[in-house]
Amino acid sequence: MILRPVDSEKNSAWTRLIVPDTPDLHKLEVYRAHGGYEGLRKALGMKPEEVIDEVKKSNLRGRGGACFPTGLKWSFMPKQSAKPKYLCVNGDESEPGTFKDRQIFELNPHQLLEGILIGCYAMGITTAYVYIRGEYGKWITMLERALAVAYANGLVGKSILGTEFTTDIVIHKGAGAYICGEESSLMNSIEGLRGYPRVKPPFPAQFGLWGCPTTINNVETMTNIPLIIQRGWEWYSKIGAPKHPGPILVGVSGHVSNPGVFEMPTGEPLLEIIHKWAGGVPGNKRIKAVIPGGSSTMILRGEQLEGVRMDADSLKAAGSSVGTAGLIVMDEETDLIRVITRIAKFYYHESCGQCTPCREGTGWMWKILTRFEQGEGTMKDIDLLMDVANNIEGNTICALGDAAAWPVQSMIRRFREEFELRAVDRPSGSREAAA
Amino acid sequence: MRTVSIFTDDNLKKIEELRSRYPTAQALVLPVLWIVQREHGYISEEAMKDVAELLQVPFGHILGVVTFYTMFHDKPMGRHHVEVCTNVSCLLRGSDKVLAHLEKRLGIKAGQTTPDRKWTLSETECMGSCGTAPMFAIGDEYYENLTIEKIDRILDSLQ
Repeated sequence: MILRPVDSEKNSAWTRLIVPDTPDLHKLEVYRAHGGYEGLRKALGMKPEEVIDEVKKSNLRGRGGACFPTGLKWSFMPKQSAKPKYLCVNGDESEPGTFKDRQIFELNPHQLLEGILIGCYAMGITTAYVYIRGEYGKWITMLERALAVAYANGLVGKSILGTEFTTDIVIHKGAGAYICGEESSLMNSIEGLRGYPRVKPPFPAQFGLWGCPTTINNVETMTNIPLIIQRGWEWYSKIGAPKHPGPILVGVSGHVSNPGVFEMPTGEPLLEIIHKWAGGVPGNKRIKAVIPGGSSTMILRGEQLEGVRMDADSLKAAGSSVGTAGLIVMDEETDLIRVITRIAKFYYHESCGQCTPCREGTGWMWKILTRFEQGEGTMKDIDLLMDVANNIEGNTICALGDAAAWPVQSMIRRFREEFELRAVDRPSGSREAAA
Repeated sequence: MRTVSIFTDDNLKKIEELRSRYPTAQALVLPVLWIVQREHGYISEEAMKDVAELLQVPFGHILGVVTFYTMFHDKPMGRHHVEVCTNVSCLLRGSDKVLAHLEKRLGIKAGQTTPDRKWTLSETECMGSCGTAPMFAIGDEYYENLTIEKIDRILDSLQ
């Protein structure tokens, strides 16, 4: 379900494009009545490289967490290839605080399919695999239904829309592994292996699925594609933040009155998202901290939020990142030690185990944090914890190591007092810890 | 060569259809394991051997896959597997109370199965319901915006 903002002014100002406010849009006839698949028709009349160029000029950046320019990623694919080329659509959606792609499967699956088809045409791809996390069984069924209807109506498969363009879409169910959202782990999972990320280089466009040129894009990213083709790169590039344009699905959770997914242009101020879209903090309590873009992004102090916007550059300048735009709000009564310990446990569980800094390091961070949670942490432990995190960051095969380190590093840097108050050997004369 | 296979004829038909979607037999490992688990509730060692033989992939490889992915179970589970999310957003909205209530009502701790094999209780990582927290899932079904009363009603309705 996509929520309406609590402030009605916000509601009237923005017409939704990724998950429009149209009943039954998941039905093909409704989707088509609202211009659905016209983007595909237009793309099929363009040269493939023109389609890639359009996406490049739009400045669309990936919505899966890394924010990489999509057109640039597409241009990495070789134009000619002796091997078949593949597209993987990343629907693994497992980043804590993130629940947006699920809305697309439910409310606007055809726009996703249309985006996939346009991408396949642009890159000369004949099979696209949509990898969906296993826990989303219901949403897999929803997409399967839409896909079956699309096939039955000549929109997928052979001779799409009566042209020579042929491509297949296969839905592939995951089985419970956050790491499989990492692009190379996702490919290994499709291949039927344990979800171990690959050492890079080589990169997927050179050596991907079964060693063939492959592109991996997030579900929400692909759902933007039909808009760009249908209405043009220039129109798209003017939506929201100039260097990170477009509509974005923002998930707001934690201590807010109206939690849920909201669609808005990029660049909305975080405080407005919290107060005007998500109804503010219950009981009017002070915001102690927020995690802006899913648990892998650095935590921010409540006092830091003035002027910070939900876009890549603003969040980078604030010392965090946009990630998956999964905004988690924590009020003044939140036990942040408990929060960071639980986050550390998550990465410890989800580490694939391949490389030592992550496999061992995530466990050590969790153990040290558990000491603090149980009132047995020491002042030295704070520095030890930072040291462990610093030695994971940058030393791993994939970004999960960094994703595990950043929350811990940022918590210590920005909320050191929380640790010191819990340390058994905190210097005398400091305030007593709150009960 | 084992003469008894865990695959029904329908399963085998479905698996043959799936072959055309992938260039290798190994890519069928996850889809086939899902078929087995849906049919039998879990994936036994015997089942793993059958999968290995069907796909011409080493048994050790199948074992490696089953033990890697958290949704694949190599032991029978209770009839209803209650999976409670305790990650950040659910934690902030009272997942600990949800878990405590379930442990009390079911008489087991997270990670255990009731003696009558009706319920298995687990903690999970983020299930993608952060805006409708706290929640638990039973199979494919998501139960969201939980309250103590709702939990009781849900458990009562599932017998």
